[in-house]
Amino acid sequence: MNDAQTAGGAALLELRIDAKSYRSADGTPVEVVRGLKLRLETGSFGALIGPSGCGKTTILKIAAGLDADFRGERQAAQPGRLGMVFQEPRLLAWRTVEQNIRLALPAERAGIDLGELIDVLGLDAHLTRYPGELSLGLARRVAIARAFAIDPDFLLLDEPFVSLDEATADRLRGELMALTTRTRVTTLFVTHDLPEAVQLADRLFFLSDRPTRIVLEKALPPPRGTRSKDVVAAISDQMRALAAQAERGAAGN
Amino acid sequence: MSRLLSLAVLIAAWAITAALAQSRLLPGPLAVGAATLAEIRSGQLPFQMACTLGRVTAAFAIAMILGSIAGYAMGRSTRLDRFADSWLVVLINMPALVVIIFAYIWIGLNETAAILAVAINKLPNVIVVIREGTRALDPEIEEMANAFQFTGWKKIRHVVIPQLAPYLAASSRSGLSIVWKIVLVVELLGRPNGVGFVLGSAFSLFDMAKILSYAICFVVLMLVIEGLIVQPLERRANRWRRRLA
Repeated sequence: MNDAQTAGGAALLELRIDAKSYRSADGTPVEVVRGLKLRLETGSFGALIGPSGCGKTTILKIAAGLDADFRGERQAAQPGRLGMVFQEPRLLAWRTVEQNIRLALPAERAGIDLGELIDVLGLDAHLTRYPGELSLGLARRVAIARAFAIDPDFLLLDEPFVSLDEATADRLRGELMALTTRTRVTTLFVTHDLPEAVQLADRLFFLSDRPTRIVLEKALPPPRGTRSKDVVAAISDQMRALAAQAERGAAGN
Repeated sequence: MSRLLSLAVLIAAWAITAALAQSRLLPGPLAVGAATLAEIRSGQLPFQMACTLGRVTAAFAIAMILGSIAGYAMGRSTRLDRFADSWLVVLINMPALVVIIFAYIWIGLNETAAILAVAINKLPNVIVVIREGTRALDPEIEEMANAFQFTGWKKIRHVVIPQLAPYLAASSRSGLSIVWKIVLVVELLGRPNGVGFVLGSAFSLFDMAKILSYAICFVVLMLVIEGLIVQPLERRANRWRRRLA
C-alpha cells in the first residue's frame, strides 16, 4: 500500500472545513472551526500546532472521518486503513495488552507476527498484563503499538505524549520517529508543543484561536528525524516568530 | 468459619425452640432431616426439584436474553426509550399474581404459560438495569472501536459486554432469587408437579416437616448454583480489576 506514494505529491487527504460548531450544554452553539483548508501529501508527516482548547481534536476527528457533522468537504485518496492514537490511551481495561493490540487488527491480518513492533516499543514483558497495571507511558506505548499493528495507510495522533515526564516523552518520540520513517505512513499529528512538532514533522500547520483556521503553513527541509536539539530549538524560535507575525497580520486585516 | 458458626447457632436456636414448643407445627431439625431423607429415598424430592429447576432455568434465560436486548436498545436510543418507557412502567408495577392469572387464562394451564408468566415478571427489572448500564457505556472507547473499524460482533463481545458485566451480574443475581420465588407461586396455582405444587398440598395437610424440608433443600440448591456458577463467572469477568487494598 505504501508503494502508492511513488506518485510523489499526490494528496492523501484534502480537507476543507467551512464551519464546524457544536451545541454546548446550555444549548448555545459554539463555533470551533471556520474556513480551514488542509492538504496532506502521501507519505508526509504533518503537525497541527495550536493552543490548548483551540479545536485540534475536533479537526483530527473530522480528518479521520469519525465526525461527518460539519460544513465543508473531506477527500481521502483511498478509503484505506486508519490508525489512531488518542490523547488518552483508550485501551480496553478488561483485555490484556496483547489482546488490546490484536483486537484492532482487521480480519485479514489476524494472527500476524507482531514481534518486531512489540520489540521496538519494549512491550515484551507486559503482553499478559492488564492496562490498569501499566504506567501512563506504557499504556501510551500500547496505544501506539495498536495503531501501527494494523499497518495503517493514514495515522492520526492526538497529543500522544502529554502528561509524560520529558525523558519518557523523548524516548517515545524517538520510537514514533523510527516507526513512521520505516513504514513511510502518512501521518497527521496534533500538539501544542512546537519543538516536538519541529522534531517530528516535515510540514507544520499553525492554528489560530477559536474559531480555528490555519494562520501559517510551513514545510521543513528534509530529512526529518535527524535534527539535533540545537537545530530544533533554532527552527522553533524562527517558526514562533513567523507564526506570531502571521497572526498579527491576520488580526490587522 | 464465622459463617459455619452462625449457621450452627441458627440450627441450635431452631432445635431449642422446637423442643420447648413441643408442637406438630414446629418440627425440630432432626424430624425435618428424617423427612428430607425419606423424600430423597422415594425419589420424590429430586424429581420435584428438577421440575422446578427446569422452569427456573427456562424463565431466567428468557428474561435475561430478552431483557438485555430490550434494555440495550432502550439505553442506546432516546426515541425508543421515550416510546417504550410507559410500557415498562406498567410492566414493572404489575403484580406478579395478575401476570400469572392472565397467562393461565389466555394461554391455558400449561408449561408455556407458567414459564412465560415468570419470565414476564422478571423482564422489566432486567431491562431497567441493563438500560442504565448501556447509558454508562464509555463513548471514548466507542469512538476508538469505530476508528479501528471493529465489526459488530467484535464490538458487542469485547467492548459492550465487558462494560455491561457488572450490570448483567447484578440483574442475574437479584433475578435468580425473584424467579425461583415466583416459580413456586406459578406451580402452586396451576402445575401438577414442582416444589410449589408439593408445598401447596403439604400446606393443606399441615405437613410442616415436608414444607420445611423442601424449602430448605431448594434454598441450598440455589446457594450451590450461586457458589458454583454465578460467583466463578463473576470472578472471571472481573479478573482485570485491580484489587482494592
